[in-house]
Amino acid sequence: MSLLELDDVKVHFPVKRGVFFDRTVGHVYAVDGVSLSVEAGQTYGLVGESGCGKTTLGRAVLRLVDITSGGVVFDGTDLAALPGEEMRRARRRLQMVFQDPLGSLDPRQNIESILTEGMTAHGIGADAGERRKRILDILAKVGLPANALSRYPHEFSGGQRQRIGIARALVLEPDVIICDEPVSALDVSIQAQVLNLLEELQESMGLTYLVIAHDLAVVRHISDVIGVMYLGSLVEEAPSDLLYAEPRHPYTRALMSAVPVPDPVVEDGRERILLTGDLPSPADPPTGCRFHTRCPWKQETLCATERPALRDVGDGHRVACHYAAEIADGTITRAAGEASPASTPETSPV
Amino acid sequence: MPLLSVDELTITFSGRGSRDVQAVAGVSFDVDQGQVVGLVGESGCGKSVTSLALMGLLPSRGVTIGGRADYDGTDLLRLSTARMRDLRGSQLAMIFQDPLSSLNPVVPIGVQVTEILKRHRGMKGEPARKEAAHLLDRVGIPDPTRRLKEYPHQLSGGMRQRALIAMAVACAPRLLIADEPTTALDVTIQAQILELLKELVDEEGTALLMITHDLGVVAGLCDQVNVLYAGKVVESAARRPLFAAPTHPYAHGLLGSIPRLDAPRGEPLRPIRGSINDRIDWADGCAFAPRCDSYTMECLTGTPQLTEPHTPGHLARCVNPVKHEMHGDGGDHGNTADLKKTEAGS
Repeated sequence: MSLLELDDVKVHFPVKRGVFFDRTVGHVYAVDGVSLSVEAGQTYGLVGESGCGKTTLGRAVLRLVDITSGGVVFDGTDLAALPGEEMRRARRRLQMVFQDPLGSLDPRQNIESILTEGMTAHGIGADAGERRKRILDILAKVGLPANALSRYPHEFSGGQRQRIGIARALVLEPDVIICDEPVSALDVSIQAQVLNLLEELQESMGLTYLVIAHDLAVVRHISDVIGVMYLGSLVEEAPSDLLYAEPRHPYTRALMSAVPVPDPVVEDGRERILLTGDLPSPADPPTGCRFHTRCPWKQETLCATERPALRDVGDGHRVACHYAAEIADGTITRAAGEASPASTPETSPV
Repeated sequence: MPLLSVDELTITFSGRGSRDVQAVAGVSFDVDQGQVVGLVGESGCGKSVTSLALMGLLPSRGVTIGGRADYDGTDLLRLSTARMRDLRGSQLAMIFQDPLSSLNPVVPIGVQVTEILKRHRGMKGEPARKEAAHLLDRVGIPDPTRRLKEYPHQLSGGMRQRALIAMAVACAPRLLIADEPTTALDVTIQAQILELLKELVDEEGTALLMITHDLGVVAGLCDQVNVLYAGKVVESAARRPLFAAPTHPYAHGLLGSIPRLDAPRGEPLRPIRGSINDRIDWADGCAFAPRCDSYTMECLTGTPQLTEPHTPGHLARCVNPVKHEMHGDGGDHGNTADLKKTEAGS
């Protein structure tokens, strides 16, 4: 059994209107039926563009937002059904690292106080001495100097702050860490340091990660399994290498072709699938396949009327597309006019 | 003669009671007609400040600007405010990172676009509105006449950036400066905007100065790339040689730190150690030396100069340039650095 299993999780936010009576006039379908499982010791990467519901899903696992329906089973317990106090205690084993390291650290608490707070709340460590020893141990693990303890968040650089955020999660000895955009606020040279650190920690401490990010290259680098989200639901899920080698869902293909690769030779030679238009509103999602309004492979039948389920197509590869097989073997081709071959190779030396 | 020639640009910020900060410490580069030139670097390298100085957008108090920026025979850094205003919008235009804060939230898009047409092209009334609609249509905004009446918050992020680009190209500028134009956007929208910029350069012959931290964007768009570190250009080359054989250890390290979509999984990243805060003054030596894996005592003796260590036209500011086995024509001997060829060489 997997360590963390999500079963048809839905998070709908009501849209209210009116002064006296809070009439609910509709819902924002932020997460609309996501099922996935995360194996112990592995990294599950969740990618998608802004507004696809990936962050909400991560927060729903920790019940930081209310789950409308569905189950979140962690190590045999359904977190969705736990009463408040028990949920609070369960959070020791499920920790989160946030995107904005400065925004998620209290500017008026020094590092020691930030790191101790969680331990006291969960009753870890017999006395202050023991807690301090443990904090120093973790600080060394995340690569911060011991003298950091008496300093405040503003005294650190972005990369160091993210290390503090990671240390805060680690002092509680969690099993699962949910990393919500752990490196997107950092410069690339610092990004690599933090990504390497996350990998080292996973190896030495046997952690399980759920990494939420918009950067497909980052997610591919650290994940064992990747789930691609679009407008509140998973459209494709596969082991990292397989997803890259054989993306089956049109959205995944478009997303991959849009990610710039720092290599002019690759950039000049590749074909871009340009999507037209913007993401539809999650308050008023399209009927049928959520992606059909922008899909270059859209067909006359099914796409606009029936919502495709996530089907297993072998090798742990799941796709939610009616025509995945036909697209893969080339019987269905992309609508004309959508594609633009990459810029013509120019006459540069080398 | 290049359209824009920046020569030894220096920008220093001084505040009462605090130490002077030299954000740009002597940056030189050229931009030719119809060329896309990239300024790449991480936060704090001086790339945005450079663009603001070129557009005359830095405050006059507390800022000291040195060097020259020759545009078509005039030095942009020494133009009067009135003359600069004439150039800005008509011949020079700029696109900023955050499209929402670059637009006035309480004025409809149409008014903001026609304002430029009024100021620089003397158009008004119906013709101006028609032209504005045409411009929005040109940058791929559907139903432009309706969009003209809308306010910025009614447009999506990609749409707003398109509107800003429409405003920037309204007077067919000869030089367009784009400061992180796609950083706030999703990748699929980023691809659309980059495609649009490419089109504008190809069709109108506009010169584009692209300021970005994203080496992937540079690889697909720029003809000439300048890598900045701590306010100086540390490497400058055409994009193919730069990516195939990054010569400055910083550029080399930067490429090694980026997770690549097409790289096999499990290949470890090679981060640059430390952060931008670990630097020394250029006057004392190489600012990158404290983070560099191949530094020697030589690096700490005076400012290194931009030289052509391996190939002509490929400039690097380093005394121990990275050696590349395959591309190291003539540079294979007398080199203390012995770093392996980067995987970027395809």
